Amino acid sequence: MNNKLSKVFDNPNHKAFIAFITAGDPSADCTVSYILEMAEAGADLIEIGIPFSDPTAEGVVIQEANIRALRGGMTTDGVFDIARRVREKSQVPLVFMTYLNPVFHYGYDRFFARCEELGVDGIIIPDLPFEEKDEVAVPAAAHNVSLISMIAPTSESRIQKIASQAEGFIYVVSSMGVTGVRNEIKTDIGSMVESIRKVTDVPCAVGFGISTPEQAAAMAAVSDGAIVGSAIVKLIAKEGENAAPVLREYVKSMKEAVAAL
Amino acid sequence: MSKGRYGIHGGQYISETLMNELIKLEECYEFYKKDPEFNRELQKLLNEYAGRPSLLYYAEKMTKDLGGAKIYIKREDLNHTGSHKINNVLGQVLMAKKMGKTRVIAETGAGQHGVATATAAALLGLECEIFMGKEDTDRQALNVYRMELLGAKVHPVTTGTMTLKDAVNETMREWTNRVSDTHYVLGSVMGPHPFPMIVRDFQSVISKEAKEQILEAEGKLPAAVIACVGGGSNAMGMFYNFIEDKDVELIGCEAAGKGVDTAFHAATIAKGSLGVFHGMKSYFCQDENGQIAPVYSISAGLDYPGIGPEHAHLHDIGRAQYVPVTDDEAVSAFEYLARTEGIICAIESAHAVAHVRKIAANYSPEQSIIICLSGRGDKDVAAIARYRGVDIHE
Repeated sequence: MNNKLSKVFDNPNHKAFIAFITAGDPSADCTVSYILEMAEAGADLIEIGIPFSDPTAEGVVIQEANIRALRGGMTTDGVFDIARRVREKSQVPLVFMTYLNPVFHYGYDRFFARCEELGVDGIIIPDLPFEEKDEVAVPAAAHNVSLISMIAPTSESRIQKIASQAEGFIYVVSSMGVTGVRNEIKTDIGSMVESIRKVTDVPCAVGFGISTPEQAAAMAAVSDGAIVGSAIVKLIAKEGENAAPVLREYVKSMKEAVAAL
Repeated sequence: MSKGRYGIHGGQYISETLMNELIKLEECYEFYKKDPEFNRELQKLLNEYAGRPSLLYYAEKMTKDLGGAKIYIKREDLNHTGSHKINNVLGQVLMAKKMGKTRVIAETGAGQHGVATATAAALLGLECEIFMGKEDTDRQALNVYRMELLGAKVHPVTTGTMTLKDAVNETMREWTNRVSDTHYVLGSVMGPHPFPMIVRDFQSVISKEAKEQILEAEGKLPAAVIACVGGGSNAMGMFYNFIEDKDVELIGCEAAGKGVDTAFHAATIAKGSLGVFHGMKSYFCQDENGQIAPVYSISAGLDYPGIGPEHAHLHDIGRAQYVPVTDDEAVSAFEYLARTEGIICAIESAHAVAHVRKIAANYSPEQSIIICLSGRGDKDVAAIARYRGVDIHE
């Protein structure tokens, strides 16, 4: 697939820093400006979360952001409009992260046609495992959108088949459980990535539980990049409409941590 | 297409973290299903501990009063712990123990499934934690205490609508967090494959017995079997062995709450649409953006925005029909059954009783109808009193 995702991990001088944000928390205007701010501060890829009423893979921080966004009236079309406004000013690579039902309900073909039109190059769906992926991967590919595969600490014997069909990048889930800041990541990410590398050249980015520059550096050192969600959403929850300066500072520090590798 | 399909419904829409566990669960289930020793142990528990077979009771007064079909009641309310939930739980907890699990977790709505799980865990010596919506821990406080007496830890769930759906969300999150020593005892014919199949198989004892019992009593099959439907486990258990008997009508009663034309109901077949949630493709109450809708029913056990995938399929092919029953109708039926037959049933089961009151006269006295009385009503007495404006102090 020839889209912008292939270039995210291309830079030989640094690993990728991937930032997640929940669309519509606290407002669509804020989401647009925060995405632009984080892109300028050095985020290599932005994951835009389409809010869902029942985000079963999320910890409390992102659950609450989903609730705030939906209470604020965010819709699937509202999220596309955020992407459109970002595209007026920036070509930063974008992917969506959401649950299957909002995409299913929108209609796969209609959804991915909108993604293609707006240059949203990938989608992450935590409740869509390998066994069920074709119903989404096929219509997504028809619109040049990569369905990002996830590999978890429990995947073991499944790594080979998942990796062999992966595209864009592989989302390596660092820990058991749901998203959220963790003090310590115990999984042996290095050996997980090694198993993946035996099968594919598709880049591996590690997410779940990463919040500090030290953690990001440690994860990126054994992979191709670090993904941060809850820590960013937490800053936005705290600062509300005035989060731009802290986000800029935070993303810069994280980017520096992975760039030094 | 993946495994565990019922027509277009079902599947395994679940996080990668749980996939190997679901595959292992399916393998273990396929093994134990055919294992004579497992089946002997389970049968012994069902007979000597849970009190099976449950009675098929001829409700003579109700039959006379309604003036049509002979009404039979399958008395799942007489099982140990007071509902059909024990059938599935004994099977799953026994299997979990054999799989080497030391801890079980479960969601509960009305508390019946939580009580049953806590009971089986106490008996078989496993740790037990139950997730229950905060709203349900309030309206079913007695069941919370019951679970605690049985040694379970009860977690009130304060996210979302604080009811059954949120309890399922939280139990799934906990399972993702700790899967190696823990089995999730899913309480209904829902969730990702293999759960809809496992729960159906363990609950199908209801229709296996009922079929033998009605043939013994009447010498022929019933005209209809009727059960309430939330996720749909007692209904699936009541339907399963009659699916092959094309002349037996299968009728599921959904919670219509304050009416299907209001915003306050949980009538998935009547008002829902196709979606993917809680691991399965099926029908769900949802809005125009695919957000799961808040649902409502007086009955905590039916207060769920989805329905099991096999029910969705039986609906699609026209083999079963699903009808809405309101709070008002269910409460009247609850009172009616108490006065007419001296049986205080669960408010969930009262939805099925209510529908029988509407249709019994359409049948002839040579025909029979079986109601699955899924649970007893002790847990609901205080709530019914409140509904009627009676102030009770215990």
